Amino acid sequence: MTALQTSRRKFLKTSGALTLSFGIPLMDVHSQSAPASDKPRLAGDLQIHRKLNAWIRIDSATQTVELRIGKVELGQGILTAVAQVCADELDVDFSKVNIISGDTALVPDEGVTAGSFSMPYCATAVQAASAEVRAILLGLAEIKLSQAAAQMKVQNGLIRAGNGAQTSYWDLVIGESLNREATGLVKPKPLSEHRYIGRSVPRPDIQAKVMGDAIFVQEQRPQGMLFGQIVRPPSHGARLQSVNLSSIETMPGVVKVVRNGSFLGVIAKREAQAQAAAQALQNVCQWQVPNNLPKTQDMPTWLLQTKPDVVIPTKKQARANSSSANTPIARVVEAQYYRPYHMHASIGTSAGMACLGNDGVLTVQTHSQSVFQTGEAIAKMLGMPKEKVRMQHVQGSGCYGHNMADDAAADAALLAMQVPGQTVRLQYSREQEHAWEPYGSAMLMKTKASLDAQGNVLDWDFTLWSTPHGTRPSGQPGNLLSAAYLEKPFAMPKPVNGGGPNYAADRNAIALYDFPGHNVTTHFITEMPLRVSSTRGLGAYANIFAIESFIDELAHASGADPVEYRLRFMKDERARDAIVKAAEKFGWSQWRKTPGRGRGIGFAKYKNIAGYCAVALEVEVNRQNGRIRVLRAVASADCGHMVNPDGISNQIEGGLIQSLSWTLKEEVQMDNTRVLSRDWNSYPILTFSEIPPVEVVLIDRPGQPFLGTGEASQGPTGAALANAVFDATGVRFRTLPLTPDRVLQAL
Amino acid sequence: MISFKLNGKPTQSNADQSEPLLHILANDLGVNGPKFGCGLAQCGSCTVLVNGDPLRSCVAPLSSVQGRSVTTISGLATQGKPSKLQQAFIHEQAAQCGYCTSGMIMQAQSLLDRNPKPTESEVKTALDGNLCRCGAHNRIVRAVMRAAQGV
Repeated sequence: MTALQTSRRKFLKTSGALTLSFGIPLMDVHSQSAPASDKPRLAGDLQIHRKLNAWIRIDSATQTVELRIGKVELGQGILTAVAQVCADELDVDFSKVNIISGDTALVPDEGVTAGSFSMPYCATAVQAASAEVRAILLGLAEIKLSQAAAQMKVQNGLIRAGNGAQTSYWDLVIGESLNREATGLVKPKPLSEHRYIGRSVPRPDIQAKVMGDAIFVQEQRPQGMLFGQIVRPPSHGARLQSVNLSSIETMPGVVKVVRNGSFLGVIAKREAQAQAAAQALQNVCQWQVPNNLPKTQDMPTWLLQTKPDVVIPTKKQARANSSSANTPIARVVEAQYYRPYHMHASIGTSAGMACLGNDGVLTVQTHSQSVFQTGEAIAKMLGMPKEKVRMQHVQGSGCYGHNMADDAAADAALLAMQVPGQTVRLQYSREQEHAWEPYGSAMLMKTKASLDAQGNVLDWDFTLWSTPHGTRPSGQPGNLLSAAYLEKPFAMPKPVNGGGPNYAADRNAIALYDFPGHNVTTHFITEMPLRVSSTRGLGAYANIFAIESFIDELAHASGADPVEYRLRFMKDERARDAIVKAAEKFGWSQWRKTPGRGRGIGFAKYKNIAGYCAVALEVEVNRQNGRIRVLRAVASADCGHMVNPDGISNQIEGGLIQSLSWTLKEEVQMDNTRVLSRDWNSYPILTFSEIPPVEVVLIDRPGQPFLGTGEASQGPTGAALANAVFDATGVRFRTLPLTPDRVLQAL
Repeated sequence: MISFKLNGKPTQSNADQSEPLLHILANDLGVNGPKFGCGLAQCGSCTVLVNGDPLRSCVAPLSSVQGRSVTTISGLATQGKPSKLQQAFIHEQAAQCGYCTSGMIMQAQSLLDRNPKPTESEVKTALDGNLCRCGAHNRIVRAVMRAAQGV
């Protein structure tokens, strides 16, 4: 067979034959929902990047599959799960899949790696693309071997025809065969043929991290690399009054002192020299510092008294239209809940590395979640065309949302522009990360329910107040921290509250329970005393904390068991299943109360469209010192069809522990001028001696869509904890965190 | 000039003796394990062993290792083969982002060197000064117990 340049017509003919040989009835082809355009609706992000070779290339020389994806590894194991899906659909060994991830010059732009979207959008696209590529490769083999594709078997890229003739992916002349759009006509494999999907394949990156291989941005060290440091003002609103740079420029190792408006940085030959110069520079700066911050304890009042930009009717459902329209109200219950500012609090401070090449291209190594959009923001900040900024994702410390990864990339870029041809790496100090990262917003929630004589909910009103949850770069330089301090500053664009189905401040504000009357109102405040942005779960953690605490209050007010009470109003079968499975594993019905101990449960379907998770846990409260000890925790998780069960378990238990830390300990402290939480002593997190054993019950749903997992357990955990503390003490805690001081005061 | 052993190999550094050991290891000697987390000896991600004892290399000056023996995570493996403790971390998938992992393993190694059969509570106490933000704690404890049991 000569070199084959399969024409589009030829392909359609071939794939038509393949369609039949794969057993897809013609009806399936025609019954696809009629798309708005004449193009078929494709799976996940394949819909927006339709060319197969944007995703998959077959490398004959190395006999591997190159998989290019826009989603990036944040330490949650997503690359492993996506590679499993690809390996299964393409019939190659897992080790044959090489992933290129988050390089803006090479991969499809899949937006931000966030929101538990990587499995539904990226893995789903990869599954569909891999299935189509396999079909095309078999089509080529069909021609090469003159054998029917339907009788071919593939094992690790080796193709065996019905008559015993063989070829392989690596021997086929692929040419332009993958340079075409997906058709949406090739179905993924039947479940019975999965080798990797559903198996806990160990993460290759964990092995590398355990062995001390270079993995992180912080470990990149090209020859001749210079070290950067930034000098920040004392607080957000501060402006530089005066500074004398001359004494800094002559310090040992200093290559350049950079001043651009109120933005200050140094570049030096050694890291310690850069740090010493930055410290000295800090000491000679005079700042004008405003004193208009609300203090930590004043934030709840601030939220209620500040004029919201918009009041959103997130849900309006009048009881008048329900069958219980005329049921008399027996009683009304009200409550108010508060969640303070939280930090992402990554263990490694954010880092970035940049170099302006001779070709005028600025290359930036970053652990950003949004390489394309951050690259665009950096380009605009520097006044460069966006094609001249190449972003390459390299792993960083876990981020749990929009931390300072993007700021570090931008700062590295600002410094690198001053020393063309030389690479500058910078990593923030702990104080800089703690004081300047965009926090998870403080929120206040008011709930009100009317009940009938049996304690059933008639009307459910949920009202919330929040500052924004999304100030990601999004192609806008004003969202990069330093851009506001430049001589020609970029103002932060006014944040918006994302609407349904994902929502932002009002994420999970609509309870999944079926109530006759159900209203949700969102007060969205764009004024920001402290910089805020996406933190794991956005508004979901606080909203679920309030909803699941309040339904617990209603259960107790009605003399009902909290599990039974929830099930009364829950119609969603998978949700019921998650609640029941967690309760069973916990031993809810056999549990006996002992003094000082209590149990609690919480549930949510993340975003009401992603993973289901229920958490049940037991606590012991020490009445002498106010300390809460979590004795054990159980979580159930239904994340649709499981690709990597251990990966799901890792996310659920990790999210649960992080949420215990938020709920028990965490609150960003501030006075009227600045943030006071500037290290791990002033912003403590949970440590080993405080960690309970955690059991995870996984509920597999073979054949169902992949549902995001990474943020599923946060909300239910906070509520389960507060509910357990109520059970133990008889006191309802509605303001977080549940510190010993707060508990002691209430007891 | 400071002379010390790095993972068994004689090593010398001409750097300013007051520079943090972490900078020397990471920037000059190309060692990947210890990571900068806080620069305050509060989080443990920079932990290395010096003469077998855990040391926060972000605050220890280079001069403090003169004539001593420094072990990093790269020094635990034998000819590319993971040590028992490393193997246990892989088996238990005892990480998420893995930024704290090297410090965790070094801290745990120093415990096992002193106390080869620790109880779970002894492991937790030994690791209490090492912070993990992803919530991999239970997996990490299981990995250390697994290594101790020689599985």
